[in-house]
Amino acid sequence: MKLQIASQLAIFAVLQLAAHEDKQLSVGEIGAKFGVSSHHLAKVMHVLGRAGLVRSTRGAGGGYQFIGNPRRTTLLDIVELFENFGPHRPDAKTPGDVTGEGRALREVLAEVDDIARATFGSITIATMVRLVERRSAEGHDTL
Amino acid sequence: MPMTITERSTKKTVIIRRARSADVAHVIELDAQITGVAKPDYWHDAFASYGESRPHERFFLVATPINRPAESQILGFILGEIRAWEFGSEPCGWVFALSVKPDVRLHGIAQALFAAISAKFKEAGTTKMRTMVARDNRLHLLFFRGEGMMAGPYIQLEKDLDEEPNPDKRWWEIE
Repeated sequence: MKLQIASQLAIFAVLQLAAHEDKQLSVGEIGAKFGVSSHHLAKVMHVLGRAGLVRSTRGAGGGYQFIGNPRRTTLLDIVELFENFGPHRPDAKTPGDVTGEGRALREVLAEVDDIARATFGSITIATMVRLVERRSAEGHDTL
Repeated sequence: MPMTITERSTKKTVIIRRARSADVAHVIELDAQITGVAKPDYWHDAFASYGESRPHERFFLVATPINRPAESQILGFILGEIRAWEFGSEPCGWVFALSVKPDVRLHGIAQALFAAISAKFKEAGTTKMRTMVARDNRLHLLFFRGEGMMAGPYIQLEKDLDEEPNPDKRWWEIE
């Protein structure tokens, strides 16, 4: 499966900020790590700020800080800010919906959605930070 | 200095040991409190199977306070076994049950039980451990994920047995 770029950037940004609780990171610093423009990232950070997951401080030494609970915030909480990630909406009609084939296909897609939601909903930021540490130790990853 | 996400105190407050017969009543009580269903027969059988037999590959562990280890006042328990060749799987440690008293949760008891049974599995020569969690059991999923568990290579499948095929279409007989 593939996430939208905005969801992916939001996850990266939150992980960076949660892993550096004592620091404030600018959009430029985060963007440089993942090779994305500050302009694109700024929009993502704005959404995260509105959701109460990050806080920004202006001025010299300012930047973003993660203010969510890393043990309670899951990947699903972040992804859902940027995309409709979930079961088929009953009001969204597509061709063949009312046929046996449509219903059978919807059942299979619902199974896929359920598993994906359970996976994203079960991984907290704290868990991801530890996973990132393990994977970074295997390579030579640095900020 | 405040602890970061990955740090915790190393002050020893809990002992993890094998379950004893006197613990079974407390396990039954704790399980009934959590699940709402008392299963004394199941837990007595589980103790006979996992607490007393094949101790090199079956583990029924309990957590007790370090200052009162003799008392069978358990804080939590974990149950697991090394199984081999089912579903084509190489030897692997399975965790079947894990429970912690509600009033001592968020103190790392489940983490300690999980780490202890992981060490037992490893000592026994296995390199993998598995468990199964309901997709909607968020608490357990968050815990096992937090301990580094990822989706494994197997998919659990099931079927309602009331979907009886039309007997007229059977080309076989059951003896």
